[in-house]
Amino acid sequence: MIELHNISKSFGEHDVLKDIQASFERGKVNFVIGRSGSGKSVMTKCTVGLIEPDQGHVSYDGRNFTALSRRDRKEIRQEIGMLFQGSALFDSMTVQENVSFPLKMFSGMTDAEIDRRASECLERVELADAGSRFPAECSGGMQKRVGIARAIAMNPKYLFCDEPNSGLDPQTAIVIDQLIMEITREYNMTTVVISHDMNSVMEASDTIHFVHEGRILWRGDRGGLLAGGVPELEDFVFASELMRRIRKGGQI
Amino acid sequence: MKAYLRAMRWLFHIGRYMQLLSASFRRPEKGRVFRSLLIRELDAIGTQSIGIVALLSLFMGAVICLQTAHQIGGWIPVYTIGFTVRQTMILEFSPTLIPVILAGKVGSNIASQIGTMRVTEQIDALEIMGVNSASYLILPKIIAGLCIVPFLVILSMVMGVGAGAWVGVATGVSSLADFEYGMQVDFHVFDVIYALTKTVAFGFILTSVSAYHGYYAAGGALEVGRSSTRAVVWSVVIIMVTNLILTQMLLN
Ligand SMILES: Nc1ncnc2c1ncn2[C@@H]1O[C@H](COP(=O)(O)OP(=O)(O)OP(=O)(O)O)[C@@H](O)[C@H]1O
Ligand SMILES: [Mg+2]
Repeated sequence: MIELHNISKSFGEHDVLKDIQASFERGKVNFVIGRSGSGKSVMTKCTVGLIEPDQGHVSYDGRNFTALSRRDRKEIRQEIGMLFQGSALFDSMTVQENVSFPLKMFSGMTDAEIDRRASECLERVELADAGSRFPAECSGGMQKRVGIARAIAMNPKYLFCDEPNSGLDPQTAIVIDQLIMEITREYNMTTVVISHDMNSVMEASDTIHFVHEGRILWRGDRGGLLAGGVPELEDFVFASELMRRIRKGGQI
Repeated sequence: MKAYLRAMRWLFHIGRYMQLLSASFRRPEKGRVFRSLLIRELDAIGTQSIGIVALLSLFMGAVICLQTAHQIGGWIPVYTIGFTVRQTMILEFSPTLIPVILAGKVGSNIASQIGTMRVTEQIDALEIMGVNSASYLILPKIIAGLCIVPFLVILSMVMGVGAGAWVGVATGVSSLADFEYGMQVDFHVFDVIYALTKTVAFGFILTSVSAYHGYYAAGGALEVGRSSTRAVVWSVVIIMVTNLILTQMLLN
């Protein structure tokens, strides 16, 4: 379980996060949804310590991460896997080397074991034969999948995915959603997915936090989402024609 | 007020630079990974700079030879040519101008490479894994700079003096015997030690200052370009100022 307690963050005059309270549960896919610019990525970066919050703290299964020194954070960091919004693959390394990288740095495995594990992860994201390519030679969707493979290489306890399927076709998006659900169950991970894709939300979410202008306006699950109640949430969820029709229970 | 703000900004940069250096000089996570990075940097900074260093030194040695020959009218002994070529190359051209040229070639490369990694979140990706990104990215470059720049400077001295001798003899302004005599007259080993001491300092400056500008690039591609320009300008300025200070210190 990851808990955010009263997290606030401003950049200059601009208050991006305002007193965020959230909890992400183990073994579940926890979605964070919200409009573009609402502060989802900043919230994730505060959670993993890439941005220091101005106020509040984050705890990982009861361990207060924010209070830890850089050195002590390292231990928790190695339990975190993260897919960045822009993939953030190392462009001087091949796909295989990207996935092997965390293993090489921290696992103590032999080269053969590292290779095997990296190939295994690439297979999971259906990229078994892209290992020798460089990120620049991969499509955006492939880069996302390599990013996921790299994030799960170390068998993380906590997985963060910032828009795992933005820019993917619907079929690949579903494959990614399924993958995230599977590995979350399989390894009993605490998974946080940031998304504004309602398809994924309906497909893969166990819990949902809705962020609006730097605040969590609503939390719940898929069922609750359709029930509505919060106007900003309704605007977000039913922005698409498809969702409006689902609400009406009408024919698509 | 303006001067005050400017002074504050300077202090801010100096403080942050020191901080980055202290983060860089940490024990690398994996010795094996560090060694392979170091070898790559030795190649990037060293091997790939040999051509330009050799070229410039050859021409410089030749020009100093011709210029000196032209300047000395009948009553100054001919061996002055060899003497001047040697002194100019060893004392200032090789140890100061070669690092300046490397700041342009290597420094801009370092800054844009690290800067790109910053703006595409690759540095964040390293941090998330628990890798000390400063030490991982910067330490191999600094160490490579410390090792290879003195070597390039020695190469430059040899090439410059050699080219001077060759041109002197080929154009008939000096006999080989005169040139050799001039090369040896009043030679102090200390001069070479003095030159190489400065060079080590410049190798450190050009790698670390460039890395600093890349590491704190923020924004997009435009900002990466700017950071690499700043890297070159600041490396050169700091090399020149340090040169003045070191010259004064070492000659007393
Ligand atoms: N480093 C920064 N400096 C200043 N402002 C920032 C910084 N990072 C983010 N912001 C601001 O914080 C706000 C929230 O940004 P964030 O990236 O979290 O949005 P998001 O919810 O992830 O949007 P999207 O869905 O488009 O990715 C934006 O208004 C952005 O301009
Ligand atoms: Mg975002």
